[in-house]
Amino acid sequence: MIATLVRYPAMKRACALFAAALVAGCAMGPTKEDPFEPMNRTLYQVHDAVDTAITRPLAQAYVDVVPSLIRQGVSNVFGNINDLFSGINGVLQGKLDKAGDDFGRVLLNTGFGLGGLFDLASMMGIERGNEDFGQTFGAWGFPQGPYLFVPLFGPTTVRDGAGYVVRFLVGPVGYINEEAVRFSLYGVGYLDLRAEALDAGSVVDTAALDRYTFIRNAYLQRRRYLLYDGKPPPETEEQ
Amino acid sequence: MSAFDLAAPLRAAKAAILALALCAAGAAFAQEAPDAIVKRVATDVITTIKSDPAIQAGDQARIREVLEVKLLPNFDFTRMTALAMGRNWKSATPEQQKRVTDEFRALLVRTYSGALNNYRNETIDYKALRMNPADTDVTVRTVVMRATGSPIQIDYGMAKTPDGWKAYDVIVGGVSLVTNYRDEFNDQIKAGGVDGLIKTLVDRNKGVAAK
Repeated sequence: MIATLVRYPAMKRACALFAAALVAGCAMGPTKEDPFEPMNRTLYQVHDAVDTAITRPLAQAYVDVVPSLIRQGVSNVFGNINDLFSGINGVLQGKLDKAGDDFGRVLLNTGFGLGGLFDLASMMGIERGNEDFGQTFGAWGFPQGPYLFVPLFGPTTVRDGAGYVVRFLVGPVGYINEEAVRFSLYGVGYLDLRAEALDAGSVVDTAALDRYTFIRNAYLQRRRYLLYDGKPPPETEEQ
Repeated sequence: MSAFDLAAPLRAAKAAILALALCAAGAAFAQEAPDAIVKRVATDVITTIKSDPAIQAGDQARIREVLEVKLLPNFDFTRMTALAMGRNWKSATPEQQKRVTDEFRALLVRTYSGALNNYRNETIDYKALRMNPADTDVTVRTVVMRATGSPIQIDYGMAKTPDGWKAYDVIVGGVSLVTNYRDEFNDQIKAGGVDGLIKTLVDRNKGVAAK
């Protein structure tokens, strides 16, 4: 990934910065990645209380009441929008092959999958991409920044959070003028995401010694893995 | 000669054949490639879970029994625990090492049997493993295709031991189990020593909820 970018002179400086940030990041312990841990823990508790009382039961009700075929359709429609943005971010990072797959998926699913209701592309074996603005910023050399836990939203970092803000601002749902429709779509999108995480949540409940640390470490590992397209360099074991 | 007279020698012959078969199987498994082990064990566990009526009815004890017999012998829990404890492993007494390993193993079994409750007809795509004959540490890659939601990559870190290849890490979507527990173990040991870690693990296994 870095090698591709280095071919563009404008990227060279950014890459050097990025590499420096990574080296620094590896030398740092987990507390360096999470300098605001006391604040984050409080925010996590707020999130957990709201999630236990409201969000999780709602997501569970959504799963129990709505037939899986319809839920899959909803997931596919939002997935189709994500594919579009994955393609855009692929282009921004110079990963043209992957971006081509993403755009191909969008064309196929929008054109022949009833506007994205069906994920024909996956059935045909075209794998879904997972690029986003957070990863693009990472590839451009922005440091990860401190870890943050945002109530109702979940784990993120300054860099990933900035990515979500961009995504939110340019996302298609924001252009819908009808307020009722716009907020319904945000609501359904939110339920869709929370419902998909239900199984993972129950695993965390059993597996974690400390849920806050467990979620933070899993999030940071996952993001690192995505940033390196599934081939992260080995981390230093000593801490 | 009555049937009774025949029974004893027949039983002996049967036992001998069984013993031979087991030896042959043992020898074959010792040579079995790591990706072949993953595929064989996963297929075996899934087939059992799908066909066992007690498990289909949600019998947790039965799930654990199946895992104990079919899955767990393929894991090296001592190595897994040593990796998760990092440098604290060497400073722990052999007694402490054994207790952490046992409790960590129990915690993972609980987690795994709970996760299997969510099993809904997923299919597994086994990636071909490219390895050299001299390799002693490999990553076996699989992708779990779900009926709903995106596929999940599950990789197994496996090392060669005198008893054949054993898994020492499971990496789900890039999240390594061992790495994830490293900070948690470290925090526990910092706060209450290795005995503090053991106590937390025991509590969790008794069903005391985490913070």
